[in-house]
Amino acid sequence: MSVAQKYGALAAGAGKRWEERAQKPLLLVGTATCGRAAGALEILRCLKEEVGRRGLEAEVIEVGCMGHCYAEPLVVVAKPGWPAICYGYVTDGIAARLVEDFLLNDDPCLEFVLAALEPNDLVPSFADFPRSRYEHKMVLGRCGLIDPEDITHYIATGGYAALARVLEMAPEEVIALIKASGLRGRGGAGFPTGLKWEACRSAPGNPKYVICNADEGDPGAFMDRTILESNPHGVLEGLIIAAYAVGASQGYVYVRAEYPLAVERVRTALEQAREQGLLGSDVLGSGFSFDVELFQGSGAFVCGEETALIASMEGKPGLPRHRPPFPVHAGLHEKPTVVNNVKTLAYVPLILEKGPEWFTGVGTSRSPGTAVFALAGKIVNTGLAEVPMGTTLRQLVYDVGSGIPKGRKFKAVQIGGPSGGCLPAELLDMPVDFDSLTVAGAMMGSGGMVILDEDDCMVEMARFFLDFTQKESCGKCTFCRLGTRHMLDILTRITKGQGRPEDLDLLQALAEDVKAGSLCGLGKTAPNPVLSTLRYFRDEYEAHIKERRCPALMCQDLIAYYIVPERCERSCNACMGSCPVEAIYTTPDMLKAIDQEKCVKCGSCVDACPPQYRAVIKVSPPEVVADKAEG
Amino acid sequence: MGRTVSLTIDDRTVTATAGERLLWVALDNGIYIPHLCAIKEADPAASCRLCFVEVEGCPRPVTACTEPVRDGMVVRTRSPQIDRLVATGFELLMSVHRLDCAHCPKNRRCELQKIAARRKLKLRPGRLAVIDRNLPVDESHPLYNYDPNKCVLCGRCVWVCRQLARAGVLGFAWRGFERRVTTFEGRPLGEWDCSACGLCVEACPVGALALKEAAR
Repeated sequence: MSVAQKYGALAAGAGKRWEERAQKPLLLVGTATCGRAAGALEILRCLKEEVGRRGLEAEVIEVGCMGHCYAEPLVVVAKPGWPAICYGYVTDGIAARLVEDFLLNDDPCLEFVLAALEPNDLVPSFADFPRSRYEHKMVLGRCGLIDPEDITHYIATGGYAALARVLEMAPEEVIALIKASGLRGRGGAGFPTGLKWEACRSAPGNPKYVICNADEGDPGAFMDRTILESNPHGVLEGLIIAAYAVGASQGYVYVRAEYPLAVERVRTALEQAREQGLLGSDVLGSGFSFDVELFQGSGAFVCGEETALIASMEGKPGLPRHRPPFPVHAGLHEKPTVVNNVKTLAYVPLILEKGPEWFTGVGTSRSPGTAVFALAGKIVNTGLAEVPMGTTLRQLVYDVGSGIPKGRKFKAVQIGGPSGGCLPAELLDMPVDFDSLTVAGAMMGSGGMVILDEDDCMVEMARFFLDFTQKESCGKCTFCRLGTRHMLDILTRITKGQGRPEDLDLLQALAEDVKAGSLCGLGKTAPNPVLSTLRYFRDEYEAHIKERRCPALMCQDLIAYYIVPERCERSCNACMGSCPVEAIYTTPDMLKAIDQEKCVKCGSCVDACPPQYRAVIKVSPPEVVADKAEG
Repeated sequence: MGRTVSLTIDDRTVTATAGERLLWVALDNGIYIPHLCAIKEADPAASCRLCFVEVEGCPRPVTACTEPVRDGMVVRTRSPQIDRLVATGFELLMSVHRLDCAHCPKNRRCELQKIAARRKLKLRPGRLAVIDRNLPVDESHPLYNYDPNKCVLCGRCVWVCRQLARAGVLGFAWRGFERRVTTFEGRPLGEWDCSACGLCVEACPVGALALKEAAR
């Protein structure tokens, strides 16, 4: 049997199961990590119980994440004769009603609807959301719609068709197509994938290896986790194609052990692919043999750097080494090795299925395709968004993310994690692609995007990320080991109001030198949060140093709590009751006041003071309180 | 053997074998480049980050210990940018080096002193705060002492202990700022079946591993 025939048989079997399933009502529950955190497993249990109790012919299926993490737990009800409808913020009460009212009695419970999956006459769909104008799903396409633990779902929706086609092409043709697509590595640096593959293919040495880098470690980033949890076969297919293109016989998926669900779903995917003859010897009868092993990283951020990742796989300490030689020439066990990010691999089957023109038709000329961002922080729609490269930050924050909650003012977006930078409101109209971001002093990174509002202190933000990189530095090279430590010490000093006038120049110089002098990408990019905040928010640094004032009222040592006498209701006592250290007392004229000596700045009184008074405020510098008392 | 190449270092033409590392070519020709971690026989660790040089055609400074020489290469060991990087790297190292030259057994034979003298740098950090890690000094070995507070983490002792002495007593442990040279479980050196070959003491460019006074 030819490859096409073998694949045809697989697809037919999967398609039949898919059709059969569509005959009965389906309840899809998003049980990726975001869903689970919101209680999706409880919803799943509840739905199964309700369906079982009533003896319904419905199927409850676990799926991944659609990107609408803010509305988790999500349930999609696909009932024959009805549009598939997605329900958000589902509780077990709502879950029970979906079964009772919708499945049994044809009442689609419109009050709980988030949106229908496709446009229809009954309820608004996701296409009616403002964000849909900007969203363009490529690698997230199947996420949240198929069962990640059932390979037939992936195959029935066209999965592994690209592999079947590729196996009948010459490896060089595959590389040529990827090169034509202009695909750039999504791990952060944006290196052209086709060139990497070509270098590995032409490098002498045998065996060759391909590695999927799923050691996602940026605080606030969860794209790779979501993709692996929602559609592991999409990534696996990309890895098999990569192996075929470069001539590798062994592959690895390097997932960090902190992602237990991703680990489990990848493991299941590998087993099922092996069962279906998509992995192992003679893949789909093509004569090409390839297998994949799962490798669990043990939680070192630096192991996301490819040479450190490889060292840790070899059983050595996870320390980076000097490049060259690059892994494509001397990687795992000194053999030619391709290391690709999860998202990069996820694009591969789609590009080969739909052609390079389909891919270059989206995005910008130098950064084709889409970008997947994890929106986190002060944004209404936290979750995943996939938009064409070149979409502006403003569109991402306001149209896709629906802006800043509680009517607060946007201050900055921290993009690219600890390797990236903070970009201010003036740059909101900047297109997001590999090159523009680097020019602005940030970096695409892996796609983490933390939105900051006026309550966030930029000095503290820089300190937070430096604290992270300082802890995650492997310590091998001088600049990163000691430079990040000194930068952190200086930043800590500034946030405590002990900054010195010369600190800013020292910080700037040190940051530039650590960037230029470090051995690996971690150290080379660790100063970016410092450099970008110094560049765009220097006034905040200066306020901390010169006035001992934190403009965002965030740095604990630089603020004090103060009760505005004109606003205090006098008799309510709410603040007093909330204070854990009895720092609030009643003045002779029955007003409340705070004993600054006792106050531990926990902020409980702010929350306790009834919203109609809002009498407790934060002030900075703390001396303002004394001035007010005198004045 | 590789073919002979000719290159220019600081306006001097030197010859070397293709593929040789620039650092050793420069040193063999009497051209000084600061360095701590480099070992001629080993793969470059490139961890001390002091041997930066400028190579014409490279946009950024490169470490001489990792750079293979090529025919027609033009190298500068000094430039404002190089001097600044080396000065910062050196100051960073000195900010965690317990400075007590007068009482240090390596006084006058110390690589740090040499770098400071050759590059006109101060031993005491000017801009950076001094951080004393205050780690216990290991005096348990009959032949030598180990003061981790003076260690610059070049790794030369680790390499000789493993590759030449084949003892494997010394190794790196911890990470980041806490990274240090130590033994398995951090047990005192005197407890180990160490042949006292002294190679580690010889390899140490500073006063971290030094012979006891009686053994000198």
